[in-house]
Amino acid sequence: MAVAFDEMNIPGGELRPAYEELARWLKETPPEALEYRRQEAELLFRRIGITFAVYGEAESTERLIPFDVIPRIMSGKEWTLLEKGLKQRVRALNMFLRDIYHGRDILRAEIVPDDLIFQNPVFRPEMNGQQVPHDVYVHIAGIDIVRVDANDFIVLEDNARTPSGVSYMLENREIMMRLFPDLFARHRVAPVERYPDELLSALRSVAPQSTSGEPTVALLTPGVYNSAYYEHSFLADKLGIELVEGSDLIVKNNEVFMRTTEGLKRVDVIYRRVDDDFLDPLTFRPDSVLGVPGLMSAYAAGNITLANAVGTGIADDKAIYSYMPDIVRFYLGEEPILKNVPTWRCREPKDLAYVLDNLGELVVKEVHGSGGYGMLIGPAATKATIEAFREKLKREPEGFIAQPTLALSTCPTCTASGLAPRHVDLRPFVLTGSKGTTVVPGGLTRVALKEGSLVVNSSQGGGTKDTWILDE
Amino acid sequence: MLSRTAESLYWLARYVERAEYLARTIDATLRVTALPAAYIGKTNEWDSALLTAGVAASFYQTYEEANEHNVVDYLSFSANNPSSIRNCIESARLNSRSVRTALTSEMWDTINSAWIDLQAVWSKGTSTREDLAKFLRFVQETSLRFDGSAYRTMLRNDAYWFSRLGLHLERADNTARILDVKYHVLLPEEEHVGGPLDFYQWSSILRSVSALTAYHWVYRETLKPWLVADLLILNSTLPRSLASCYDNLTRNLDQIGVAYGRQGPAQRHARGIRNRLEHSNMNDIFQHGVHEFIQEFITDNSRLGEIITKQYLI
Repeated sequence: MAVAFDEMNIPGGELRPAYEELARWLKETPPEALEYRRQEAELLFRRIGITFAVYGEAESTERLIPFDVIPRIMSGKEWTLLEKGLKQRVRALNMFLRDIYHGRDILRAEIVPDDLIFQNPVFRPEMNGQQVPHDVYVHIAGIDIVRVDANDFIVLEDNARTPSGVSYMLENREIMMRLFPDLFARHRVAPVERYPDELLSALRSVAPQSTSGEPTVALLTPGVYNSAYYEHSFLADKLGIELVEGSDLIVKNNEVFMRTTEGLKRVDVIYRRVDDDFLDPLTFRPDSVLGVPGLMSAYAAGNITLANAVGTGIADDKAIYSYMPDIVRFYLGEEPILKNVPTWRCREPKDLAYVLDNLGELVVKEVHGSGGYGMLIGPAATKATIEAFREKLKREPEGFIAQPTLALSTCPTCTASGLAPRHVDLRPFVLTGSKGTTVVPGGLTRVALKEGSLVVNSSQGGGTKDTWILDE
Repeated sequence: MLSRTAESLYWLARYVERAEYLARTIDATLRVTALPAAYIGKTNEWDSALLTAGVAASFYQTYEEANEHNVVDYLSFSANNPSSIRNCIESARLNSRSVRTALTSEMWDTINSAWIDLQAVWSKGTSTREDLAKFLRFVQETSLRFDGSAYRTMLRNDAYWFSRLGLHLERADNTARILDVKYHVLLPEEEHVGGPLDFYQWSSILRSVSALTAYHWVYRETLKPWLVADLLILNSTLPRSLASCYDNLTRNLDQIGVAYGRQGPAQRHARGIRNRLEHSNMNDIFQHGVHEFIQEFITDNSRLGEIITKQYLI
């Protein structure tokens, strides 16, 4: 694998401009001081209770995501380009979803194959012909971005269902500002704190027509045992909306109400952090206790807005991913600003043959997987793992895609042996309401803390960093 | 507010109050049992600690003998005892997590830190008396900090009132239970004039509701059983008396009623109990039978809990 692009250091000893001030500061700061503040940060995280749960672990059901105190810095110019690309991509995602559940022009134009939609378990026939306010399906998108050189931003994955992580973007910044006021004073860092306000106004802007007066917004969580529960409560708090569980809601005459100490109160918009499958036991999984019986009929009647809409999974599916550049061109008539990772679709025999021949160099992902589970990283895998994967691939090729192993960019990171480069990615959060699409300057930077590791997922030992966009 | 949120706030306050009460009970029992047997008589004080905590039956399913080691372990740390101090703090934190949006950061920090300490410092229980004393102080301080931060940082709206309802309902229950178990030493017709034996029993009762000093300020007298009963039942200046708890319960329920523009069975039931306390005097109570009076109160008090739940929390 090639030497990774480092976001701070240029080979030969020079620094990229965005990092110059940080480098000076690091030189002036003794390592003990850095270590002390690192420990302080960890203490703060634990006290505030910023934890997540890892499924399948009996021990330590609540864990901290390791936080790295060295910020990841991007210049304003880089951000402007990225922001433009993100808005373009999310506009296209929304138009694609509107089309798939209505006219299906893109299928008729044979840009995307029919069976990829209709035989896909995340396609929701319930949504056919369903109007959603202002044609917004994906109100909150988390687009995973990686870099391999100074010029391009590459989309690794679109998250159009219930993307999480934004609480880390906000809390990481809070903690950095508390612990490193001196470092902030030397930079002009674009603030991220208006995210909750923008989210709330986006959610209010898509309230159904039958809303009377100010729309009531609520956040629907699966409950305290969900891995992202902290984030749900954090956001509900920042937005000043009720954090509801399925049992708090009831559907009557196709309207949704929450049970309050003063009786039933109508809800107009639900920011739901519950997957489609669990939303309504009458429509989807009958065994779900997380959902609200009758929610989908209230939705069909147009009395409730769900954010994100039902059925958005069809847009962030890994099999659809490889068509995204064409999807952008089809709806917007523009060249995509953000690149895609070259992707082999194992459902196509020619691609499959290539993948099977090159398993040792490729990353193979399950089309419907997430969280870094069920994937093969060829260069890091043992012979036996590769062979086992080969069998899986042959059995069900349509369940997989393959991509080259990317040399993700690196950023300086605190390690046991001092600062060292570690691989990172970035998840910015893109909001869409009736008035268009916005992106708060920043996002969640995830960092693979193990030397050489490319897996940044928090469930597999990844950490996070504060992401600074310089305001120039 | 969401019924579930109100319910969690209510139970959160109850669990914290209960944890403190258990700590005080253990503390008071340790003091009494440290005295020579001649001063405390033949009663097993650890047994009555179990009774006042309302867990005697379940205790004897696991243990044979009610001694210091077993009872302290069961009341403080046992995972099998749903209302052990440890489980109270665990439940308090679980409730806090599910209503974080309704708590101030100070309240959350108190409960979360206590929960962290419980695991970091007290996961193996206590091995020495000093350790135990430290633990009991930690529990009482947690409750004081929680109560103080609620008082100082919460908005005065329904979230605050529901949390207060939980606290006062639990507190009334706890005070009533001590009286229920110890009422026999408070009966005036037993012709003692304050022998050493009863003196320590009375002071132990007062200590477990942190009212020993208060007694002297209120009555300026040596300990007399009917005055102890008067203080704990009828004296509304003592925060842990039944009368004071019901002053608070009616006030908080009325505030909810005003804010919501509507009264209900909870308000009426609480007012009924309060009126009865207000128009009672110790003579009548003794004549009617202290034990009967207390038992009736305990039933009425838990009935109020049910009515509040039905009216607001589900």
